[in-house]
Amino acid sequence: MTALPATTDRKLGLVIDLDTCVGCHACVIACKGWNTENYGAPLSDNDAYGAEPEGSFLNRVHSYEVMPESGAPIVVHFPKSCLHCEDAPCVTVCPTGASYKRTEDGIVLVNEADCIGCGLCAWACPYGAREMDAQAGVMKKCTLCVDRIYNENLPEIDREPACVRTCPAGARHFGDLGDPDSAVSQLVATRGGFDLMPEQGTKPVNKYLPPRLRDQLMEPPAQLATLCIPSTEGLTGFLGWIDRTLGKL
Amino acid sequence: MHPAPSIILFTVLSGLGLGLLSFLGLGLVQATGWVAFWWFGFGYGLTLAGLSLSAFHLGHPERALKAFSQWRTSWLSREAVLAAAALLFMAPHAAGLVFFATPLKGFGILGAFLCLQTVLATAMIYAQLKTVPRWNHWLTPLLFLTASLTGGATLIGAPRLAQVLLAGLALVMVAYWLIGDTRLRASGSTISSATGLGTRGSVRQLEPPHTGPNYLLREMVYVVGRKHALKLRGIALLLAVVMPSLILWAAPDALTAKGLAALSHLAGMLAARWLFFAEAEHVVGLYYGKRAA
Repeated sequence: MTALPATTDRKLGLVIDLDTCVGCHACVIACKGWNTENYGAPLSDNDAYGAEPEGSFLNRVHSYEVMPESGAPIVVHFPKSCLHCEDAPCVTVCPTGASYKRTEDGIVLVNEADCIGCGLCAWACPYGAREMDAQAGVMKKCTLCVDRIYNENLPEIDREPACVRTCPAGARHFGDLGDPDSAVSQLVATRGGFDLMPEQGTKPVNKYLPPRLRDQLMEPPAQLATLCIPSTEGLTGFLGWIDRTLGKL
Repeated sequence: MHPAPSIILFTVLSGLGLGLLSFLGLGLVQATGWVAFWWFGFGYGLTLAGLSLSAFHLGHPERALKAFSQWRTSWLSREAVLAAAALLFMAPHAAGLVFFATPLKGFGILGAFLCLQTVLATAMIYAQLKTVPRWNHWLTPLLFLTASLTGGATLIGAPRLAQVLLAGLALVMVAYWLIGDTRLRASGSTISSATGLGTRGSVRQLEPPHTGPNYLLREMVYVVGRKHALKLRGIALLLAVVMPSLILWAAPDALTAKGLAALSHLAGMLAARWLFFAEAEHVVGLYYGKRAA
């Protein structure tokens, strides 16, 4: 049934640190790799080596420039995937019951055997988290790597979503956002984590941490240009000795 | 939103067919035998043609029957259930008129009610989406219902009823366009709220996440030129409302005039429905810097 559960036992999700993300897109590739080879239909590519390559991705990294009132602009790399919303509009619009939110951990999934590929769930999502696969004709979305996080065949260190496991900057965190004492909840509390498009009323589980305030630039010295001219004045030690000796010749 | 021909044809044709069937169900056409057969055949034909066209945009049309299961939560599922119910309950009334020259009024009225409920469910598929502020308004169901009734009245060639409904449709269309133009701003969704970075300054897209197009951009970030949109609104209004009204006023009883009026209305509604999709802004466009707020 595509009714949303009133509550979920846990609220598994991601916390994405916009301060730390360097925009390397490793999470995009790790996600594509894992989810092409495992749960559900592969994430297809079309015209991969042609003029207009295009493919399905469950995670994409945008880049924005924020121009403050004064001071230097900030570049923010912005990974975006399914936010596993508590009031997920994509679930209730589904005509077949293929879209559902799990009661045990709050993960939003698609049962691909029931999906008719009507695309309405993608329309209902404000975040662009769902993409219809051009080859399989079914809706694809982030599964929070449901086939990794509970997978006892994997070493314990690998039992987290592929994007989190791969992030070289440590900008992605995975955990239970329903538990106020969890590491991710603590992170959200201390860093002022926020929701994307709160006005849409979706109550996203995933949170984003804002970029930290930048240090103020010091005023440059008055004669910056002259300081940059190469000079041997005041040179000591071995190099100073060479300079003085050569100067005497 | 991407104006998919299959969905435009589906909503226009099934809307027209269901409008026609509801008037037939209410007994506005006094026909029996073969004449009734053609009238009901026309209504059923339009509706079924529309419904089968809708299957063309599915990734897996062979699983379409599953769409009847989630009527408790999904408007799309309700549409499927209501359409089937409307066509089923209308059938005894149609059969009564065709074979026995006796209307089964109860079935007719119930069928007409279900036909309009189906149109309402179609409209609610769009009106429920908060992500498309232009659609997310009570004018959307009103627009679909008025269009369907007007189409039905134009088809059965009831001049006075058609004139009233055409005038009503003109008002609703213009109101939908004018109010629709303010909806994205009123939704409060901007690139600032989408990224959550608005408190730190003005946000603009520096780089898109990928160099090529993708499903999201093709499906939900269709951008129609403002100049063309205005012209198309004029054309839609002229063909869907003004021309049929003038034709029916000039020759209220001529059969060719009725046919011409109906054809003009159909062409106008296709243009209007194309705009309905093409002009609708999905908030995901904000992430791609495609919606000037």
